[in-house]
Amino acid sequence: MDNNTKKPGQNQASDNDSLLRDVTESDYKYGFVTDIDTDIIPVGLSEDVVRLISEKKGEPQWLLDFRLKAYRHWLTMTPPEWGHLNMPEIDFQAISYYAAPVAKEGPKSLDEVDPELLKTFDKLGIPLQEQKQLTGMAVDAVMDSVSVKTTHREALAEKGIIFCSISEAVKDFPDLVKKYLGSVVSYKDNFYAALNSAVFSDGSFVYIPKGVRCPMELSTYFRINAAGTGQFERTLIVADDDSYVSYLEGCTAPMRDENQLHAAIVEIVVEDRAEVKYSTVQNWYAGDKDGRGGIYNLVTKRGLCRGDYSKLSWTQVETGSAITWKYPSCVLQGRGSSGEFYSVAVTRNRQQADTGTKMIHLGPDTRSTIVSKGISAGYSENSYRGLVKVTPAAEGARNHTQCDSLLLGSNCGAHTFPYIDVMNPTAVVEHEATTSKISEDQIFYCNQRGIPTEEAIGLIVNGYAKEVMNKLPMEFAVEAQRLLQLTLEGSVG
Amino acid sequence: MQNALYQYIELYNANRPVVEARSSEPLNRLRTAALEALETAGRLPAKGDEGFEKTSINDMFAPDFGVNISGVNIPADIASSFRCGVPNLSTLMGVVVNDRFTPTSTLLKNLPAGVTMCSLSEAAGKHPGIVGKWYGSVANLDSPGTALNTLLAQEGVFIHVARGIRLEKALQLVSILSAPSPLAAFRRILLVAEEGAQVSVLKCDHTQEGSKQCLSSEVVEIVALNGSKVEWYDIEESNADTSRYCQVYVAQHEGAQVNLCGSTLTNGTTRNEYSLDINGDNTLSHLSGMAIGSGSQHIDNSSDLRHKASRGHSNQVFKYVLDDNATGAFEGSIEVCHGARFVEAYQSNRNILASSNARMHTKPQLLIYNDDVKCSHGATTGQLDSKALFYMQTRGIPLQQARRMLMQAFMADVINTIELEPLRDRLRHMIERRFDGCQSGCRECK
Repeated sequence: MDNNTKKPGQNQASDNDSLLRDVTESDYKYGFVTDIDTDIIPVGLSEDVVRLISEKKGEPQWLLDFRLKAYRHWLTMTPPEWGHLNMPEIDFQAISYYAAPVAKEGPKSLDEVDPELLKTFDKLGIPLQEQKQLTGMAVDAVMDSVSVKTTHREALAEKGIIFCSISEAVKDFPDLVKKYLGSVVSYKDNFYAALNSAVFSDGSFVYIPKGVRCPMELSTYFRINAAGTGQFERTLIVADDDSYVSYLEGCTAPMRDENQLHAAIVEIVVEDRAEVKYSTVQNWYAGDKDGRGGIYNLVTKRGLCRGDYSKLSWTQVETGSAITWKYPSCVLQGRGSSGEFYSVAVTRNRQQADTGTKMIHLGPDTRSTIVSKGISAGYSENSYRGLVKVTPAAEGARNHTQCDSLLLGSNCGAHTFPYIDVMNPTAVVEHEATTSKISEDQIFYCNQRGIPTEEAIGLIVNGYAKEVMNKLPMEFAVEAQRLLQLTLEGSVG
Repeated sequence: MQNALYQYIELYNANRPVVEARSSEPLNRLRTAALEALETAGRLPAKGDEGFEKTSINDMFAPDFGVNISGVNIPADIASSFRCGVPNLSTLMGVVVNDRFTPTSTLLKNLPAGVTMCSLSEAAGKHPGIVGKWYGSVANLDSPGTALNTLLAQEGVFIHVARGIRLEKALQLVSILSAPSPLAAFRRILLVAEEGAQVSVLKCDHTQEGSKQCLSSEVVEIVALNGSKVEWYDIEESNADTSRYCQVYVAQHEGAQVNLCGSTLTNGTTRNEYSLDINGDNTLSHLSGMAIGSGSQHIDNSSDLRHKASRGHSNQVFKYVLDDNATGAFEGSIEVCHGARFVEAYQSNRNILASSNARMHTKPQLLIYNDDVKCSHGATTGQLDSKALFYMQTRGIPLQQARRMLMQAFMADVINTIELEPLRDRLRHMIERRFDGCQSGCRECK
């Protein structure tokens, strides 16, 4: 902080310093490690490892073929370098590609689940207990790439909804998985998608049948626990005609000095008039204040609005990860389909985020909305990167993009890289972006009304992020708001 | 993909003495560094490279162009075709045919003391200190296009305004490409405005009728020293066989004001790059551009504005109207560096697609490394307001005319950044004629 520019109130500068220290030193409360038996395969990646993973999971031949195709393709690819990120080279041979809590023959009821594991999820505040039925949320808990327990399955099954881990789905509903797996994110899509397709170990599978409105929020909780591993989960959501589902995703990891890789794929297929709402609160361990450790979150998320008048909405609150590289996208194929993207990305310390969305308008009368709010503090770098593409057939397409950046402190960076491609004259595409710090007038006004600076900043930031927070389901909104407050506690513009 | 770069490197390696003999010392001095930069780069940017999404520089340079390194006199019909006058604006005019500069007699007679506009080689003889100090000081050899230009440019234009001189008349440069056979011209301009100097330059680009396929590679260096003011207006009216790769580099020092405005009315393939380094405090920068595309015109503008000092104010406006199969691209970036405080930087890009085959790609970017800033950018792509069209029709204005009126009004933001009133009027008239479907052409001036 440059002191000579602070004229009003010299003591404010020292206040600011202590507040800034607070924010850089506030704790990561999910940083514990669970002491549990874990089955980890040796580090390194080769065709044998891919075969071993497939064998361990008892997969059918077609899935092994899929993995091997992906692996062979991955070998021909190089990591993408266009991100505004300073990412050390990842040694893919130094990672173990499979880690699973040792389970005895898949738990039939909660009593059989390892108590250590239950404790972990209790600490995380994830309702695995059946008695918490009243919270009205079905949870699939994934630890180190293996699904531990899925709750509420029976209640959902009554409605014909399938919600289970993807490895179970491969066994029980092979036709569905075979039909949709890789249909939205091909294994050739990008470097990390190819890697995931080769080594993914588990994830969630959701199928909502025609005309069904899913009665509760579906939720997956991801947890990286074992050291020296990467997490490669894969989520597949299919919403058939006229159905609706709201899906939540949360993630945490222990505090470690090493960087861990998380390369996931989320695929969503939305049929005629169906609606999917996908919300993420991403709170992977972000590394310490000097940027040691933390998760590399390199994720491919994409939804295909295949049906007419289908709708897909992404909402994300990003506070964690040392490096975030993700672009939840909508391919708007059906007539009148619409895509939404709401994002709050907070970076502090040495975090780096290059995140945004892609809206690809293929069908006529398609609409998309993008609202992105970036907040950067400390020495972090926060970039929005988005693509809006209107192809020649997308008659009457409409897009509005709003991306704002808020800077807290003079050592951070906030960047915007929108790509806009329009090939149809009837399209209306708008993009707006602003960058500024918290206005001193606003803080002064709050101070004047007796609100201390710290609280004032909380108020202003919350107001700034509200547009996105409002889109989160209730339970999540509370958690996200708390998270935001915790992350920004004491930060000053 | 054919690598277009090596034909030029080979040409240079084979004819180095000729290139140097017909040039001057300050230009020759940089050729070795340029060659090294090119060999490191290995190729020219191609479509899909970051920043070159829609325009391949490699393809622009790929045809088997001749380069007039031995300085053969290529005639151009200047007197009858390109009078290029602006009514009510008497300018001091010079003519550039391909890369050779010729002053007009009025220029020689009327150029006030303290103002120089001459060829680079003449300047190298008369003002070796100034040319040697500034030539190549702003242009960035890391850009392969600039390195290639530096390697092969033999001649150019030198404009110098001495300390405190305020030039009332505008300077005008008529640039003509004349290519009896396929030809690439490597052009170079160096403009230095000393402390407190003021100058406005109007430059118009044309292609001689009957020319074969041709390419102009142009590097413009503008040095605006403390408290100076530079206006730079560039109008391109060439033809479908012309490619233009124009890179404008500006170094802006304390208290300097710079106003750049580029208009592309007719062309083949054009890529304009503007790179502004704002090195001093309290500056004002305007950068604007317009493009009117029809047929299969391709227009790509790219701006890169770096605020390295405090209290800079910058404003960018780029507008495109694209019809038929025309394609447009815009990439603009504002970078606010560490320690650059109280910067206000705005950027806007608005585009109208008037036909189903027209394409627009836009990528406005912000890179902010400081919190004491106000920055924004906006981009829109769409069509004319149907309500406005309907309203005008209810008042008895035919649809075609209503469309033209709205398009002209759309361009007003860009035209209004021009500070020379007669030039504004002239440009308005040219745009009107352009939307009427006829190439206004300088030959219809006066």
